[in-house]
Amino acid sequence: MRSSENKTGNETTVSLPVSTKLAIELKDITKRFGHVIANNDVNLKVESGTIHGIVGENGAGKSTLMNILFGLYKPDSGTIFLNEQSVEVNSPEKSIALGIGMVHQHFMLVPTFTVLENVMLGNEGSMFLKSGEESILNRLKGLSKNYGLDVDLEAIISDTPVGMQQRVEILKALNRGAKILILDEPTGVLTPQETIGLFDILRSLREQGVTIVLITHKLKEIMSITDTVSVMRGGKVVADFATKKTSSEELAENMVGRKVLLSIKKPASKVGKSILEVKDVSHDSKDGVNVLKDISFSLKEGEILGIAGVAGNGQSELLDILSGIEALQKGQITINDKPIFSHQEWNSKKARDFGIAHVPEDRHKRGLVLPFHNYENSILGYHRNDQYSSGFLMDKGKILNFTNELIQNFDVRPRSPSIISGKLSGGNQQKLVLAREIESKPKILLVGQPTRGVDIGAIERIYEDLMELKSKGTAILLVSVELDEIMSLSDRILVMNQGTIVGETSSSNATELDLGKMMSGLEQVREDRNE
Amino acid sequence: MLESLQLIISLLDSTIRIATPLIFCAMAGIFSERSGIIDIGLEGKMLLSAFVAATATFLTGSPILGLFAAILASCSASLIHGFACITNKGDQVISGLAINILASGLTITLGIALFSRGGQTPPLGSEQRFMPIEFPFLDQISFIPVFGDLFAEVISGHNVLVYVSILAVFFTYYVIFKTRFGLRLRAVGEKPEAVDTAGISVIKMRYQSILIAGMLCGLAGAYLSIAHGAGFGREMSAGKGYIALAAMIFGKWNPIPTLFACLLFGFLEALGVRLEGVELLWIGEVPVQIMQALPYVLTVVLLAGFIGKARAPGAIGVPYSKEG
Repeated sequence: MRSSENKTGNETTVSLPVSTKLAIELKDITKRFGHVIANNDVNLKVESGTIHGIVGENGAGKSTLMNILFGLYKPDSGTIFLNEQSVEVNSPEKSIALGIGMVHQHFMLVPTFTVLENVMLGNEGSMFLKSGEESILNRLKGLSKNYGLDVDLEAIISDTPVGMQQRVEILKALNRGAKILILDEPTGVLTPQETIGLFDILRSLREQGVTIVLITHKLKEIMSITDTVSVMRGGKVVADFATKKTSSEELAENMVGRKVLLSIKKPASKVGKSILEVKDVSHDSKDGVNVLKDISFSLKEGEILGIAGVAGNGQSELLDILSGIEALQKGQITINDKPIFSHQEWNSKKARDFGIAHVPEDRHKRGLVLPFHNYENSILGYHRNDQYSSGFLMDKGKILNFTNELIQNFDVRPRSPSIISGKLSGGNQQKLVLAREIESKPKILLVGQPTRGVDIGAIERIYEDLMELKSKGTAILLVSVELDEIMSLSDRILVMNQGTIVGETSSSNATELDLGKMMSGLEQVREDRNE
Repeated sequence: MLESLQLIISLLDSTIRIATPLIFCAMAGIFSERSGIIDIGLEGKMLLSAFVAATATFLTGSPILGLFAAILASCSASLIHGFACITNKGDQVISGLAINILASGLTITLGIALFSRGGQTPPLGSEQRFMPIEFPFLDQISFIPVFGDLFAEVISGHNVLVYVSILAVFFTYYVIFKTRFGLRLRAVGEKPEAVDTAGISVIKMRYQSILIAGMLCGLAGAYLSIAHGAGFGREMSAGKGYIALAAMIFGKWNPIPTLFACLLFGFLEALGVRLEGVELLWIGEVPVQIMQALPYVLTVVLLAGFIGKARAPGAIGVPYSKEG
């Protein structure tokens, strides 16, 4: 709920006490990429020793702004002040020297190096690695202890879990003496437990006087850890708040520029008979790694079954098998009481004939042909249907009509059937894929990461569409790494870890903590011990 | 018995002579490719520097000056490669190929223009070449049965560049794995973003790496025309640059295994030469061409199947760009 004393929109600012020192001040920063203005006269103030959040939709300019502060991009105009002194940050080298460290969304670690080598890179201490190593080891021991940054220095990065990789990134920054730490979407790849661990580390860093800038699109995280928060939209900072005096709703409203419903109303829908039965499905990847092991579950009409799990625990392979992309190696799938055993009777065309539609996890690779026009993408996979052709030839008129209808009904913008799909925003691309699949009137809809890289406004719409489909009796299998999404959309939740289903709950009983434990495999371990 | 020992010793002797330019080039390749730049221009750089070494030596009379000229020429070719594919983000294979074609044409054209000998340079006298060095204490150890001969033939009696090539292997190993420069070089070939965000210039690192590669190729070229040979002949690199590239991949971009791969290729070629016209047990006389093809056949077989996964540096062949 929004408290009445809060103002909204542009006029809202936090009045800073005069005595506090500003660690960062950005004045009138503008950055253009070609014709696109990524940052437009951005002003930002961050007090020393605080955690400051920056929220905004994709493309709002958050990462660009931080890359400017870190010296990766040069601003076209504007001034940067650090500790109230004007500085010129024209390279990462310079920004590191000024005490800025950045943990990028995609980790900047050399996968074949050890943790130690990664931390040393750029700060080796000496011409020769051996002689530099000792002093760095001592410093790292101190840092790890002070901040609870637990890492195995000898481990090769590619063998370590992402949680540790992130700690390595933080260590890297601290080892170079960072007093300002920028984190770009740090929790996207973490389990809830790892996120809690990360936040503990950030809090202890704050206690030691480190200033932290946290870029995220997860409002809950902003509310739980930041002291102050700025909202960016369309390349501008549109509002600043003290976190205590704002709410998720208010932040969302500022991000999108209009009122947004964050909670989803689940329509009352009748759960019907079971339509999809998966029994003992196992799968080995091309490298011979067992990625799925004895997966069994059923999916009913009018039901949303959520599959939770950290990315890479077999969810993708499961979707690939069910949609006919991968061969069914072992086990059985039954659709509408028709059993399917082998690949001969199962491929993606057959899957479509059975009424299975698929919104793939990676819409760029599998959902769309990016250089195609919208009208081409809107029938992709269904191009054999008679309704798009006359005689032997495809009928462009019919396709355009269909696409126009689709774009209207599902609010894909811009509303042009002949624009190149690659030029749409992520949210609109996703709406197009979803529209195409829903329009095929499926009995079963497989959905992978429906809101990855999608703006809040579009997320709202996508959720509504899914709910409407469900109320019509379609069975929906939802795979997502976003726990919130799984919990608020699903009727039942399965949790996957290392290729097996480690737990099932109804969404009304699920708590984030329990799911998190199952996702990290902890619950499973406990059960094994009891046996 | 004594005869077969003699045969083995002389085989090993030629192995080392043949392997030397391979070793230089393969080490050059390691420096370049570990930094993320594909270097199929090894062949062209070697050829170019062989020509320049012979020409400069002939004109000045000093093999030392010839050597420096060779290194300079090879480094210039490296810079062209760098300008095309580091600065301007061009395709590294195309750029390397262009260097090979350029070297092949340029050496012949300049050779004919300068010396009118059908592309060859005039022969160099022994004072204009790096001549074999006999180790001083050979006589004292010659009485030791096998070792004495081995030492005199295989270890001693090569020109200075042969020994430099072995040193180059250890130099490469040490620099790449034990120094700050090496850590950054390996990082820039695996994940340039990590290097950039650590405050190190990716462009500078890559230019430095290809310049070192240029120097080593220059040594290889000089070896061909003013140490092992006594003058430049058309196309005298004869595919050695490609064999070196294969040896480098066979050695998984590691200097020590690559050294052995070079020696193996050298040995096969030496064997091919030795077995020309020789009646083999059960097989009979094998055509020369088959023996000559042996190293190349081996390359294909080894690369295709036997070496398992040769994992190239992660960012190899990909130009680095910050924005996008």
